[in-house]
Amino acid sequence: MEYGFIIKAILYLILAPLIGGLLSGTDRLFAARMQGRQGPPIIQPFYDVNKLLHKQTTVVNSIQILFVSGYLIMTVFTGCLFFGGGDMLLVFFALSMSEVLMVMAAFSTNGPYSIMGAQRELLQMMCYEPMTLLVAIGFYYAQGSFMVADLVKADAPAIIQLPGFFIGFVFILIIKLRKSPFDLSTSHHMHQEMVKGLTTDLSGSNLALVEIAEWYDTVLMMGIVGMFFITADPISRVWAVIAIIVVFFIETLIDNIFPRVKYITMLKVTWAVILVFAGTNLLILNVLK
Amino acid sequence: MNIAKSPWVLHYDGSSCNGCDIEVLATMTPMYDVERFGIINTGNPKHADVLFLTGGINAQTAPVVRQLYNMMPDPKVVVACGICACDGGIFKDCYNILGGADKVVPVDVYVPGCAVRPEALIEGVVKAVGLLEEKRKKLKESLKQGYCSVDYSKMAIHMTADDYDPSNQYDAVLTEEALRQQAEEKIKVSAKPAALAAAKPANPAPAAKPVNSAPAQAAPAEKGDNA
Repeated sequence: MEYGFIIKAILYLILAPLIGGLLSGTDRLFAARMQGRQGPPIIQPFYDVNKLLHKQTTVVNSIQILFVSGYLIMTVFTGCLFFGGGDMLLVFFALSMSEVLMVMAAFSTNGPYSIMGAQRELLQMMCYEPMTLLVAIGFYYAQGSFMVADLVKADAPAIIQLPGFFIGFVFILIIKLRKSPFDLSTSHHMHQEMVKGLTTDLSGSNLALVEIAEWYDTVLMMGIVGMFFITADPISRVWAVIAIIVVFFIETLIDNIFPRVKYITMLKVTWAVILVFAGTNLLILNVLK
Repeated sequence: MNIAKSPWVLHYDGSSCNGCDIEVLATMTPMYDVERFGIINTGNPKHADVLFLTGGINAQTAPVVRQLYNMMPDPKVVVACGICACDGGIFKDCYNILGGADKVVPVDVYVPGCAVRPEALIEGVVKAVGLLEEKRKKLKESLKQGYCSVDYSKMAIHMTADDYDPSNQYDAVLTEEALRQQAEEKIKVSAKPAALAAAKPANPAPAAKPVNSAPAQAAPAEKGDNA
């Protein structure tokens, strides 16, 4: 049990940046093809991070190095815990901790765009935190355990009991992956009203650390999507991978279709979706059990 | 892996008529698609490697251009887009125009044209990217020797054509010897207190150590100033 946990955690540690970087490259390629462009090579994110690591790092406030490293370490810790088979609740709490560290890094720079990005990031957390907690609760209702190691040995896929939770989670993934209608805290495309939001005042290797942390984060999020489909049956893993690919494609599509909304719209829409889908699902589960 | 595979661009309009700006943005469109070379228009000097300047420089934009250039982390290259950014173009004789972008920042690649063609711009970026790799190697060497920073306070911007003094422009200030001299002066200044403090104890053997390590200590401090 213990050895299994360590081996899985180390595998995540090594493979997650590779998969995350490739996913990020695929995302950019998809986006380019949707706009009728050729697009960058699929390994472009690796070129970017390599370049950033070789650039001069200008530091506005020396504590931001600590916060940015903390963001990476907490994200990696969260992922190791999830893929090692740890506690779902702890995974989500550690994930909020990593986000808080990123917000602190942005606040510490004292730049106007960074602070605006950090405040918007806090609002985004307000939008998706209820859903992430509900996902953990939903899995507990469905399978009777918070431990990922137990959840993957389920008899039936969780999606059968938790379709509303799945829709809600895919919806908040738009925020979590910083996709377009809700990419309030940082813009991935061109220069917009808040420049780069959270990462405006980070440069060189600090920015590279943030990029790598986001790769880890993407893989973790896709892992949670896969969790809805995994059972003790090995064939279910194929279904999980297919679901991940479909969800990732939908996220890219949404990113390219919608313009950014105001924070108040995001708050209303996200909470409405969470309440209608996840809330109803939770009620029904409650009645049935 | 090559650093030149992902040049991120910052575009600033000096005093352009917007003709060149539209062409710069045209390179991002599906027709020319510079993102296939990994080029992204960041709009943030702290993330940028390449500075695109369009239009001649006037007294109001000169400090902005210089600040943008200083905010960009090394290694960095500057591309002057269009004839106005190269030497002032048809606005050269205007009372408010100082001249091309090279009056305030060191320009690496000149791309002429009115307005500049997107194809020419892409070739300019490709050339600039080649310089980026060379500059990185130079930066690495200078970091090894304990200095890498430039003293920008010694550089002046002339605000009118009468003020123009070639001796305080970038070309004059940024020579290899000048850089080395500046760095050596700084190292001397920062090494002195350490040497004096170490000389006080009776034992001469440990006194040698701080003197040797002084340049290494001086480098991060200078780097911080530059940032």
